[in-house]
Amino acid sequence: MAEIATERRAPLLPLSLTDVGWSVGGQPILAGVNCSLVAGTRTVVLGPNGAGKSVLLRLCHGLLQPTQGEVRWSGTERAGAPRRQAMVFQRPVLFRRSVLGNITFALGLAGVDRRERRDRALSALGRAGLAALRDRPARVLSGGEQQRLALARAWSLEPEVLFLDEPTANLDPGATREIEAVIEAIHAAGTKIVLVTHNLGQARRLGDEVLFLDRGRLIEHTAIDRFLTQPVSAEAAAYLKGELPWH
Amino acid sequence: MHDSAYLAPEGRRLDSVNAGARLRRPRLPPAVPAHVPAPVPPMNTFGLAFAEALRMVFHGDATLAAIVLLSLRVSAASIAIATLVAMPLGALLAVASFRGQRPVIVTLNALLGLPSVVVGLAVYLLLSRAGPLGSLGILFTPAAMVVAQAVLVTPLIAALTRQLVSDAWVETNEQLRSLGAGPLASALALLFDLRYSLVTVVLAGFGRAVSEVGAVMIVGGNIDGVTRVMTTAIALETSKGDLPLALGLGLVLLAIVLAINVVAHLLREAVQRRHG
Repeated sequence: MAEIATERRAPLLPLSLTDVGWSVGGQPILAGVNCSLVAGTRTVVLGPNGAGKSVLLRLCHGLLQPTQGEVRWSGTERAGAPRRQAMVFQRPVLFRRSVLGNITFALGLAGVDRRERRDRALSALGRAGLAALRDRPARVLSGGEQQRLALARAWSLEPEVLFLDEPTANLDPGATREIEAVIEAIHAAGTKIVLVTHNLGQARRLGDEVLFLDRGRLIEHTAIDRFLTQPVSAEAAAYLKGELPWH
Repeated sequence: MHDSAYLAPEGRRLDSVNAGARLRRPRLPPAVPAHVPAPVPPMNTFGLAFAEALRMVFHGDATLAAIVLLSLRVSAASIAIATLVAMPLGALLAVASFRGQRPVIVTLNALLGLPSVVVGLAVYLLLSRAGPLGSLGILFTPAAMVVAQAVLVTPLIAALTRQLVSDAWVETNEQLRSLGAGPLASALALLFDLRYSLVTVVLAGFGRAVSEVGAVMIVGGNIDGVTRVMTTAIALETSKGDLPLALGLGLVLLAIVLAINVVAHLLREAVQRRHG
């Protein structure tokens, strides 16, 4: 515990991206991204399909390495040490274990003491409203329950930053509301939220600030209310015009 | 008798050889290789042999039981060894990325078609007195057969494991890396995740091991009561003409292979229902 406390004193955030680019086979997917993400605010990443939103998230999380520029955390994550950030994907990736087992497995990878895992997992399940399902096989849960389990698993790791890549894209409105409530709770517990979404209503409900991407470039980085009512760029205005009729 | 049907070394019919030559040269018995099956008996003999085979199977004939038991023990041991070696290797090959990975995978897949007699020969050379492992003195013992079968099925299990883990890795690698799992932890996690599918891999390996004949024949020697297993016994008894024992063993072997496949199928269905 003492070691964790020391690590916590040097927070990971803010995260700075300096001239970050990523290309595959000479084809640039993302280029010249400069921004800084700070603790406390909920960041929503918006933009049309193919704008590079998911790539940006993966570059931040370290699943991809930038081909140009630099992704820098203020605090350091030691190689081999438990990660201080987590990610939830569009399609939840669950293992052939029980609901509880999926979380204790992740805690094991994070180096949490065996005796502590079960308590932490049960507490995370309770917070995500899944306590009753703890012994069910994870892969036969409904889509909404699976995504809530993925969120509970991420939450149990007590990350400083949580990345979410369109977590409700495949879910119905009821399940979407439940997921949003859990994300709200995770934020309230002190975790920085970085959320990619296509749903402007969700962006308004869950976001404090917006990163707007278009064709691999960061076009705007503003407060959510400002972005939705008076976008600066023509690209953002066109995007909002295209998306709004659906709400 | 149809001696006249056999060909003399010159390729002429014996009865066409001129009388003088026949007087001077003693008549040689026809050269028939040892492995050619005895002349096929008429149909009712088959029926009798079959009935006798069934009697041996269901009344627990001691010779037959000993051979079946040895077969199962040798193959089970070889599968245990091969599984321990091949599964971690196959899984690591699926999740790690290193220089020269593709040639290794191609070679591994090519080894699926490894001819069992070649494996037998290689193991024979290794274990023979003058060979590098000759000091072990295990040639023509069940231990040598375990080694040969393990060598034979290790590539099979590794290649099938790699394929399964590789498919799972495509779906899970981002999540596992996000959770901080390195190649070893990922390989072990996916082996556990695929545990039910991997049982069918083990069963496939067992089926291959228990039904192969070439390798165990060479390194075991088919010694009665010591290294005689189902396949080598069938080969020998057929060529000797002892059809009941050969057929009885054939039935048992068939039943074992069939049972393995039924178990594999049922397991897959049960797991599909439970785990999705």
